[in-house]
Amino acid sequence: MEVLAYLVPLALALGLIGLMGFLWSLRSGQYDDLDGAGWRAITDDDHPMPPS
Amino acid sequence: MAVTRDFSHYVKDLGAGLAHLDLAVEGVSCAGCMMKIERGLSAIPDVTLARVNLTDRRLALEWKKGAIDPVQFVDRLAALGYKAYPFEPVRAEVVEVEQSQFLLRCLGVAAFATMNVMMLSVPVWSGNVTDMIPEQRDFFHWLSALIALPAAAYAGQPFFRSAFTALRARSVNMDVPISIGVVLALGMSIVETFHHAEHAYFDAAIMLLTFLLVGRYLDQNMRRRTRAFAGNLAALKAETATKFISPTEISEVPVAAIAPGDIVLLRPGERCAIDGKVIEGRSEIDQSLITGETRYVAAEPGTSVYAGAMNISGMLRVRVGVAAEGTLLAEISQLLEKAVQARSRYVRLADRASRLYAPVVHATALLTMLGWVALGASWHDAIVIAIAVLIITCPCALGLAIPTVQTIVAGALFRAGVLLNSGDAIERVADVDTVIFDKTGTLTLPELDVVNAAAIPADVLQLAGRLALASHHPVAAAVARASKAVSPLEGIVEEPGQGVTGLADGVELKLGRPSFCNADRMANEILSTDPEISVVAFSRGQDRYVFAVRQQLRPDAALTIRTLVNRGIAVQILSGDREPAVRLAASALGVLAWRAGLTPADKIAHIEDLKRSGRKVMMVGDGLNDAPALASASVSMSPVSATHLSQAAADMIFLGEGLAPVRAAIDLSRKALLLMRENLVLAIGYNLLAVPIAIAGYATPLIAAAAMSGSSVLVMLNSLRARRVGPEVM
Repeated sequence: MEVLAYLVPLALALGLIGLMGFLWSLRSGQYDDLDGAGWRAITDDDHPMPPS
Repeated sequence: MAVTRDFSHYVKDLGAGLAHLDLAVEGVSCAGCMMKIERGLSAIPDVTLARVNLTDRRLALEWKKGAIDPVQFVDRLAALGYKAYPFEPVRAEVVEVEQSQFLLRCLGVAAFATMNVMMLSVPVWSGNVTDMIPEQRDFFHWLSALIALPAAAYAGQPFFRSAFTALRARSVNMDVPISIGVVLALGMSIVETFHHAEHAYFDAAIMLLTFLLVGRYLDQNMRRRTRAFAGNLAALKAETATKFISPTEISEVPVAAIAPGDIVLLRPGERCAIDGKVIEGRSEIDQSLITGETRYVAAEPGTSVYAGAMNISGMLRVRVGVAAEGTLLAEISQLLEKAVQARSRYVRLADRASRLYAPVVHATALLTMLGWVALGASWHDAIVIAIAVLIITCPCALGLAIPTVQTIVAGALFRAGVLLNSGDAIERVADVDTVIFDKTGTLTLPELDVVNAAAIPADVLQLAGRLALASHHPVAAAVARASKAVSPLEGIVEEPGQGVTGLADGVELKLGRPSFCNADRMANEILSTDPEISVVAFSRGQDRYVFAVRQQLRPDAALTIRTLVNRGIAVQILSGDREPAVRLAASALGVLAWRAGLTPADKIAHIEDLKRSGRKVMMVGDGLNDAPALASASVSMSPVSATHLSQAAADMIFLGEGLAPVRAAIDLSRKALLLMRENLVLAIGYNLLAVPIAIAGYATPLIAAAAMSGSSVLVMLNSLRARRVGPEVM
């Protein structure tokens, strides 16, 4: 059971990192436009848009 | 007169030589639009950022300060095919956004804590049936406490604060039993862990907060979205005023940049965007949006004009007044204030449910404790069991029962063209048994229409339309719209107060007053048939035609009223307009109960009478004079064309030309209320199953967690049934 001595802190640290990540993503505005973000991922950057 | 547009009011200075501007953009609905706009604007030199927000339909722009005139962006967007206008978020919207972010942060904290506590709880639960040693169990409990306590202290804030406010006002809301439950569960768990006991409820307490925060966040997000959309609508109206920047120079500036004391120019055919007093000029003004009266009023120096009034014939110079200067506006503001106070007494369904629920639950817990003591159990065991009862009955599903339905129904309403201004409007609409309509601008369309277009040859209509394009007069504008003409004739001469003349193929054309075109006899025939009609005459050589122009009833007004009556709802018309006009509209729509010539105070008195006789009244209106009546009714709707004041006073705003959204709002709300009640019954029923287990003393943390998530998921699934309402209603 000595394994708990480092597994438990590790689990807690991982949880904290996850939470930090979430708070960071929130602060950097990644939840401001949920509809647009999905589309941005699949658009091609290298092709110019055809003229409308 | 060349007019400059000035958007500098909206431009924010970011420092470091950068300027920032937010634009509301109409018609951005897909990824293609988003990319087209971003690329189109990034291509302008010196633009450092162009980013579309597809959720809020807005565009954020940043550029090197001084390099570009912001007007260029709006023109560029217009060239790309999008109507855009700068906007400034109103205070209410900023608050909603902050609130929504705070709730999301709380939800994040609570969800991460729940996951980690669960990771520790599952070994304890399985260890209890196998061979976990007590020291390990205690260690895991202490770790859970380490995670759950700070997380609950942070993520519980929305509930604790609201419960505290309610208690201080000597009332009870849903957050009171929630807060008591969470605090007791955590407190007892610490004591139990200290005494090396088998069960601790850290997991149940933090999971409860997570589920409830999901409900809160959904609710908040719905409100934030509608606020953003309403903000866009307000911005895209692009209300500008022509302001004198010196005695001879004028500039077109956004209304937000006009200050009291400024002098603005009001040309014929323009709608006034500010409140003030005429200082120079004579004209007639159409105040139908404000008072409901469709007859024109004479304006001369000293006359008060209000936002929404249309200038008809002459140029006016208006000095902008402070908000409550005019007598009408001051009176309306007073009435509005009183009416708003009266309405805040409404108790929301969730709070009514918790007023019944909380005492029952707390009494049950108390009786359980006393019962166990009476049966010979120790005080410690009795208290632990009583707290377990409180945890099991904590209104987790109750907290989700209403927000989930509200969110889904708000989405359906949005698709039907209805925007919610207040979250509890759905509950209040569902009870409505009387609908009161204002006439002008609500039952009728706000713009004038040519009624007899079908009786006039198409080529004549086309010619008249091309001539009409040169005039700003609202009646001429109606002719231009009816003809769908796009290119004005060349060489048109306007004769002030009379009409316009022009030439086509060598024949003289005239459009204007009947006397101007020698068509008095024909015009009088038309005028005698309908009290609300205006006429404009057109002559081509010796041929004479007369166009009859009036505010038309909304296309589906009669149908909507019939369906409302079929649903058992009483329909009435209360109007500030003259009797003959109201009588005609009422008979066309088949409404028997109508009253004309009412003041704002009369309307309120009538609504109060109806409310006293036990009726639930919905008011649908758009005029400035309707604002107090909107606020005094149980629930209210306003078309999007309405004046600011009535739009702010209404619970719901509807879009489009039709009245169908009124019917959709009632149908969807009724369905929603049904689902909310079902959800409450489901949630309480689930608790009734679990409570005997808790009273008997068998409620382990495992059972508490299962009961909580089980009932929450069930309630959410039931709410999703609201999604299916759409097609049947439309």
